[in-house]
Amino acid sequence: MTDGTKNAGMGAMTEGGSVAVPATTARTETQADGPTLLLRGVRKAFADVQAVDGLDLEVARGECFGLLGPNGAGKTTTIEICEGLTAPDEGTVEVLGLNWRTGAGELRQRIGIQLQETQFPDKLTVEETLRLFRSFFRRGIAVEESIETAQLEEKRSSRVGGLSGGQKQRLAMACALVGDPELLFLDEPTTGLDPQARRHLWDLVDGLKQAGRTIILTTHYMEEAERLCDRVAIMDHGRVIAQGTPQQLIATVGGEDIVEFAVSGGETGSGHGVVDAAPLTAIAGVQSHRVDEGLHQLSVSELHLAVPRIFAALKEQGLHLSEFRTHSATLEDVFVRLTGRYLRDE
Amino acid sequence: MNKLELSSLYQLTMARFRLIWREPEAIFWIFIFPILLAVGLGIAFRNRPADVLQVGATTTQLTQALTRDKGLTAATMDEADGTRALATGRILLLAIQRADGVAYKYDDTNPDARTARLLVDGAIQTAAVRREAVRSENELVHETGARYIDFVVPGLLGMNLMGSAMWGLGFAIVEARQKKLLKRLVASPMPRWQYLASFLLSRLAMLIVEVAVFLGFARVAFGVPFRGSLWELGLLCVLTSLAFSALGLLVSSRAKTMEAASGLMNLVMLPMWILSGVFFSATRFPAVIQPLVRALPLTAAIDALRGNMLQGMNLGQLIAQVGILLAWFVVPFAVSLRIFRWR
Repeated sequence: MTDGTKNAGMGAMTEGGSVAVPATTARTETQADGPTLLLRGVRKAFADVQAVDGLDLEVARGECFGLLGPNGAGKTTTIEICEGLTAPDEGTVEVLGLNWRTGAGELRQRIGIQLQETQFPDKLTVEETLRLFRSFFRRGIAVEESIETAQLEEKRSSRVGGLSGGQKQRLAMACALVGDPELLFLDEPTTGLDPQARRHLWDLVDGLKQAGRTIILTTHYMEEAERLCDRVAIMDHGRVIAQGTPQQLIATVGGEDIVEFAVSGGETGSGHGVVDAAPLTAIAGVQSHRVDEGLHQLSVSELHLAVPRIFAALKEQGLHLSEFRTHSATLEDVFVRLTGRYLRDE
Repeated sequence: MNKLELSSLYQLTMARFRLIWREPEAIFWIFIFPILLAVGLGIAFRNRPADVLQVGATTTQLTQALTRDKGLTAATMDEADGTRALATGRILLLAIQRADGVAYKYDDTNPDARTARLLVDGAIQTAAVRREAVRSENELVHETGARYIDFVVPGLLGMNLMGSAMWGLGFAIVEARQKKLLKRLVASPMPRWQYLASFLLSRLAMLIVEVAVFLGFARVAFGVPFRGSLWELGLLCVLTSLAFSALGLLVSSRAKTMEAASGLMNLVMLPMWILSGVFFSATRFPAVIQPLVRALPLTAAIDALRGNMLQGMNLGQLIAQVGILLAWFVVPFAVSLRIFRWR
């Protein structure tokens, strides 16, 4: 099923009105095996900011789908439109074959939501909070089970105010799970957590994926999207600028590795040297070259063969390296290639 | 889990309880503060022997005549000293010996000074004539129900019901909104009316304790009378609390920050503290603003509580106040349900 929807819209944009027909005809089969989430031509503006600017998304059952982008890209607005918390100005939204206008009551029972920065009451205990949330759902898992899933057994009787950031986030996750949801929304689940707590949460999401739940999450950490998501949509300025599996997206960079270097100028040894890029891109395995504030970036396949040739080419130009490093290509490099900016900058 | 534990209304109400009980400050303001206030006022306005009034006179004869009255202490001083003593409040009245009789210098807007004027005049006339025109005797009365403490206890009760309902609801709701908990709750299948209903239910349960503690204390410590039906008194308390809960809901239905909410709260409550007759009778305000004063929920609540406790009136006699309180419950509740900001 995942393969069937791969590469659904690599940067392709559809105007809001033109998709009304397929969206309604899809209606009947979505109940059984259609997409769990379907967005067509969704737009949303706040005052004079176009937060979401013509969005098409399709998420299949059992998939873990990530919305990746810098802060302000429109990820949270998008996920809140999917969650029925924000009404779109334009476009169609179908969740589990239902829409928010007519099926809100049923949808609320069938989805689980973790919002960004919810603070549960400090003076309730973990167990009390979960009992409260469990009571909202007609059917669901036992409170006990949600505590185990979130690995909060030791904190069961602790007050929420005394939990660490990671534990609070796991409690929020457990609150999203008590209704045994078919579809789970996680908005920036690891923002503000230390690396260890983040890894802990990733393991938790892994477990949920293995249990076959459909998960939609937003993040501005590329390593999180790479690690957790079957498919990723990269967002910028309210649009999807690329979509696919992390591997497919990274492949668009053109090489598996990235070489970064800076040079100091020729024999005099001062100032920035001027690099002639042509001999570098001529090297077999070097796919592309870009330069940003004196830092040169080459995307490279077969790193072990290309690097000695890069050294040689630079030496021929009489340049001294002041910096040199390589890393495997990541979604960050995809974002940089597409926008010329870094995710972490914003 | 049993059926009750699966009920969301039960869980929401229990959560409210736990949050109140685990907040020591809330317990202080709801239970301890009104008692401290009653104690303080009880001490300040306790029934003391009538005050002995300080007066001054310009001659020793006059001073002697005045000290014969047990209600007065007199000192001899010249007119300049006496005027200064008057201005600084050390004496209430100065009796000045003139060629043709005695002049009294005092402030006629000060009730104590007017009392002093009567006593002084009586003492001086008695000393001069040594005989009273009409024989008179004193019968002293200190009746329960006519004391200041009896008057102020229903006022404090009304004020406390207002404060605990408005702060209790308002702060909790604005805090939940600010911490995005409201948004998280509406993202779940929770029925929205149950969230608001849980506040009213927990408020009513707290009310039983709150009212019983305060009135029990007033009864035991000051012997405040309960002349009306206790059931009807309970009903009036419930109605008062509902009206102020609805008002608290209205005040907090849009506010996004604590600062905005507490500003609004004070704006709503301050006029009532002043106008509604907590500490003195609301009838003292000019007739022009009486309709406004009467329409305030706290005035209606306090009038009804005083009617029940002090005058033994039944609900039928208090129908106007009950009607005003009902209106203050229904209208703000309906409005706030419409304009409530859930996120």
